[in-house]
Amino acid sequence: MSRTIPSDSVGLVNPQALHFERSLRLESGSELSNFDLVYETYGKLNKNCSNAVLVCHALSGDHHVAGYHNMEDKKPGWWDNCIGPGKPVDTNRFFVVCPNNLGGCSGSTGPLTTNPATGKPYGPDFPIVTVCDWVKSQSLLADALGINCWAAVIGGSLGGMQSLQWAIDYPDRIKNAFVIAAAPKLSTQNIAFNEVARQAIRSDPHFNNGYYYENDSKPSLGLMLARMLGHITYLSDDMLDEKFGRELSDGKIKFGYDVEFQVESYLRYQGRSFVDRFDANSYMLITKVLDYFDPARSTNGNLAAAFAPANARFYVISFSSDWRFAPIRSREIVRALLDADKDVSYIKVHSIQGHDSFLMPIPRYHEVLRTAFNRIAGETAP
Amino acid sequence: MTELRTDQALIAEWIKPGSRVLDLGCGDGTMMAHLQQKCDVWGYGLEIDEENIVKCIASGVNVIQTDLDAGLSEFDEESFDYVIMTQTLQAIRYPDRLLNDMLRIGREGIVTFPNMGHWKCRLQIALKGMMPKSRTLPYEWYNTPNIHMCTLKDFESLCRKVNIEILQCTTVDYAHRSNLGMRLFPNLLGEIAIYRFRRYQAN
Repeated sequence: MSRTIPSDSVGLVNPQALHFERSLRLESGSELSNFDLVYETYGKLNKNCSNAVLVCHALSGDHHVAGYHNMEDKKPGWWDNCIGPGKPVDTNRFFVVCPNNLGGCSGSTGPLTTNPATGKPYGPDFPIVTVCDWVKSQSLLADALGINCWAAVIGGSLGGMQSLQWAIDYPDRIKNAFVIAAAPKLSTQNIAFNEVARQAIRSDPHFNNGYYYENDSKPSLGLMLARMLGHITYLSDDMLDEKFGRELSDGKIKFGYDVEFQVESYLRYQGRSFVDRFDANSYMLITKVLDYFDPARSTNGNLAAAFAPANARFYVISFSSDWRFAPIRSREIVRALLDADKDVSYIKVHSIQGHDSFLMPIPRYHEVLRTAFNRIAGETAP
Repeated sequence: MTELRTDQALIAEWIKPGSRVLDLGCGDGTMMAHLQQKCDVWGYGLEIDEENIVKCIASGVNVIQTDLDAGLSEFDEESFDYVIMTQTLQAIRYPDRLLNDMLRIGREGIVTFPNMGHWKCRLQIALKGMMPKSRTLPYEWYNTPNIHMCTLKDFESLCRKVNIEILQCTTVDYAHRSNLGMRLFPNLLGEIAIYRFRRYQAN
């Protein structure tokens, strides 16, 4: 045993999988004839199934939100600081569910899955999915788990977008929607960044139009570049400066193109470690999910009208240093919710960590979550 | 639930049950929570302070972090029955603009503010020759958030100037409801002024 597990952790957890032997019609018009969802749960579902919380992951996240898979794990799940016994989303009181989304690469049906038509992995032929499709698949998971209504759906970034979509698509199945560091749709600049990321992957000589699984090599360099670019947009200028400044790895300028500044080695490290755990086709696909997200598309661009069916109470949270989905974007969501007369609270939390703030244990941020979930726990008591 | 201040308790009596209310500078949400629970009111509080926002969330009040000095452009015309602002008007950069904005988005406005015309304030200026300090105005001149102090007369004169019709007015002190003295000489004996008003209706 290499480590002990902290007492406020959900501890050792096992991912579970559910096979859905039914077709799923996608927004694009394509269809999955059947599909799998891999997910984790923490805490216990209460008698009247009223304490379930759905956690929606962002671009590079997965179902492993909290706890450890084995004693050798160096790091816990991606949102372990927020979810666990006594934590803001308290697993002593809530039953927390987090699936890996369709199109991902952590076990749920996606580009790595065998395409029944060819007997080979889908790769680039995996149909384009959308946030609506994800929410639909999550609702089927809820059915399977006996959850008729979520006490809360919570997510940051792309996860927050799923939370919004839940409130719109299933107004009677969600009591509270937490929309953190999100946007009502991507800005042109956001899409531009995604396109550079995709082009980095596509121009990798090993990409082979996405059919690289049978080859010896994958488009690692392209994916690494995409991640490096993404990572810059997740952090703030101040944060990078504070963390690395212009520090040189060897203490002196070498007048060459090797890694010199510490930020360079940091980005390369981030890029390389990402390649080990993520699939390039999934990355391409999920950046498209982001690009296409626009709940107001069906209401002629009127976001307030899109929110009209929602019944949930909304908590919208932004971060002062987030420039990828800046506070002003959260404010657009708030404004539309106000126009639609919805119950909503909004706070802009001061932070220096940029877009990544939503993953950080910033005291005020966690206090807001803790306070809101406290209230929800009171309302959902059996 | 925290108890209401006297000015808040009076406002709660003035507001028609079932109304839509926007509370500017709602603080810890005490009044909104009271209005929601006791008067079947629905609405939002606007607040800038993070600690207060957390308290609003704890008491189930819809709260939007907002800098009132930046204006209320996010709200549509006549989207509320009442727009309320207690003990905040004097800390606003452009009170005249905000009053107009209140009546753009609400049918009626209600404000409360500390009365600079109270006899104790007048005495301090007249006799000591220094800026007044009191229970309602505990700050020094250099650190006070209250940058636009006024008297009842000042407020009423502004209302006339910007076409605002006063519907109801009373004064209270920190601990008590109105008394005879305050009713006879509100600008001299009232510590806190409370006004309900609307846009002047030209007939």
